[in-house]
Amino acid sequence: MKITGAQALIKSLEMENVEVIFGLPGGCILPAYDPLLDSTIRHILVRHEQGAGHMAEGYAHVTGRPGVAMVTSGPAATNMVTPLCDAYLDSIPMVVITGQVATFAIGTDAFQECDTLGITRSVTKHNELIMTADDVPMAVRQAFHIATTGRPGPVLLDVPKDVLTSSMEWYWPTDQEVRDSLPGYRPNVKGHPRMIREAAKLIMTSERPVLYVGGGILKARAAAALKELAELTNIHVVTTLMARGAFPDSHPLCLGMPGMHGNATATTALQRSDLLITLGARFDDRITGKVSTFAPEAKVIHVDIDPAEQGKVRKPDIPIVGDCKQVIEEITKEIRALMAAGELQADISAWKSRISGWREQFPYTYEPSLPGDALKPQFCLEMLRDNAPEDTILVSGVGQHQMWSSQYWRFEKPYTWVNSGGLGTMGFSVPAAIGAKVGHPEATVWAIDGDGCFQMTAQELVTAALERIPVKIAILNNSYLGMVRQWQEMFYEERYSEVYLSPEVPDFVKWAEAMGCIGIRVDSPEEVLPAIEKANSIDDRPVIIDFRVDAREKVFPMVPAGAANDDLLLPDSQMANKKFLQ
Amino acid sequence: MSTDRSHHHILSVLVQNRAGVLARVATLFARRAYNIFSLAVAPTEDENFSRITIVVDIEMTSLEQITKQLFKLIDVIKITELDPRTSVERELLLATVRAEPDQRRQVVELTQIFEGKILAVGNNALTVSLEGNPNKLDDFEDLIRAHGIVELQRTGRVALPKLEREGGRAVRPLRGKVS
Repeated sequence: MKITGAQALIKSLEMENVEVIFGLPGGCILPAYDPLLDSTIRHILVRHEQGAGHMAEGYAHVTGRPGVAMVTSGPAATNMVTPLCDAYLDSIPMVVITGQVATFAIGTDAFQECDTLGITRSVTKHNELIMTADDVPMAVRQAFHIATTGRPGPVLLDVPKDVLTSSMEWYWPTDQEVRDSLPGYRPNVKGHPRMIREAAKLIMTSERPVLYVGGGILKARAAAALKELAELTNIHVVTTLMARGAFPDSHPLCLGMPGMHGNATATTALQRSDLLITLGARFDDRITGKVSTFAPEAKVIHVDIDPAEQGKVRKPDIPIVGDCKQVIEEITKEIRALMAAGELQADISAWKSRISGWREQFPYTYEPSLPGDALKPQFCLEMLRDNAPEDTILVSGVGQHQMWSSQYWRFEKPYTWVNSGGLGTMGFSVPAAIGAKVGHPEATVWAIDGDGCFQMTAQELVTAALERIPVKIAILNNSYLGMVRQWQEMFYEERYSEVYLSPEVPDFVKWAEAMGCIGIRVDSPEEVLPAIEKANSIDDRPVIIDFRVDAREKVFPMVPAGAANDDLLLPDSQMANKKFLQ
Repeated sequence: MSTDRSHHHILSVLVQNRAGVLARVATLFARRAYNIFSLAVAPTEDENFSRITIVVDIEMTSLEQITKQLFKLIDVIKITELDPRTSVERELLLATVRAEPDQRRQVVELTQIFEGKILAVGNNALTVSLEGNPNKLDDFEDLIRAHGIVELQRTGRVALPKLEREGGRAVRPLRGKVS
């Protein structure tokens, strides 16, 4: 059967069970948009290509399926660089298709030509320029295979216009053909049996163990396996920013987020531990603080599917390269066998009572506002949390509101938290929330945003309104670039440089209405609940609540950049007790 | 040109012979702030593959990171770290050396001692070539410098593992550290 490269492209995406593409057409990708009209695939027309990328990420975050974005060449491709880098750092499976000028025009500085491959090389797991229509099906299969296996990540396919318009004989490569075509790509999923045995022994003999759990747990769909291991060994779990939801916050063993803005208990548990059971986490600088002072007495078991993470930051005592789910299950099996053989786990009760002491003394806390005072952002979050329908998906932008979201929300299930952890992309939340809602239309999707973030990508609310994607956005509006303001207050002697936005402009309610959404402004604490209830009751269009919050509020605890985790700063009310964090 | 080679490591990287592979490798080194000392690339006996020989000057720990990061490139099939003691290394040097008629004899002699070749003769300069172990090339380069080097180009080294011997017969290449 002879078809065009464009038809082959869309057909290949159908064969990969793609249900939705986020995109925006233009010159070079035009031929691919014609067969799309006849396809079962839903296309969501964005207002800016960056939006398409973050939507694909949000979709992938909550569904575990690769997000797909399709845009044209040149400026569209460069607009895609940020989402690609975001997905690369957070290991999000994504396939991006960019148009390219015709093969004969490549290298001539043609209209809307750019070196997409060169530009995206260091922000993709892999990228490929398709040079003939014949190669389209194989390239698409390879892209999905690479994006979704091993350590997931974004893959970009650059497709010249003449490749789309020329004809090819349709075929669909087999799994074997795909594997054979990639002789250099063999992700290792099965952990080394000897290492697994040693890990089990070390877990049994450690007196101050902590399960240090990162986003890899979610990628490996290993939340249930983790719970089994934690409950079997009675070991506490810290969930990094990327792993929120991987272990239920209500679980007695859950300590929540460690690190720069993590809670004092989680951070200190890592610091004082004698064994970090590191599962799909990568010793990010936001977790370790000053590396040389991080968890000084701890041995390290490091389970990661990416061999390059072993020893990148912290040298592991037991490196295990493999799929988190498989390896955790193997370790659990091994521990059960040891227990069945009569071996006793070391006594961890003293350690657990130390942890309980910290938890009692150092919860997240803030000073509630006095009557007549400005609204507290943390209070807004608590109210949103307490009134959220079951299985609500929370999405956030980047900054103070992101940290408060992680701190104050209660994550009970995996895949209910979407944020930009590695790259820290302001403007992530609105489009990512839209993508999440497309992935799970039945779930309520709340995005927590800052007024700075919101203004970066809010145009996508037009997309949401027109495509009937009823997301809900809570702007914690303090008229500042809040996190930068916090650093300037704390580390730059309150010299506020270029962080003040404006309390008057824009008018977010009018902006919401202009975009086909409902806008609600909230100034005082008593308006909070009615506004949230109203927002939760609306399901036919997006809602934006503009919470006017106290700009002086800071995120605590905080480990200053470059400082040791032991030097974390606590809220004023807890600072006097810091000596008990031993 | 000559450098302390005590820390040098040779990576022999087998890659798919496809457009852009060298750019991927080079981008990775630049992105992760690793320095390449020299690099040589050409197709292997099987035209589907190329071999990139990279010499890096670094600590062992970062070498492990480089290797692992390199191996994440989809087009990279195999990486062998060659120990200079158990591998054969070769490099080619071309140099145009100042040689006034009264000096010419010395330059020719030097080149002959090193078993190099005279490629071109001018009124007051000679172009010579020398192939061999990189250390030998270093020595030669030092000696001709006294005469005045007009231009000099080295290829960067290529290397293969030495052959393991069984009963005096070479049977298979010594395996380097393979990733």
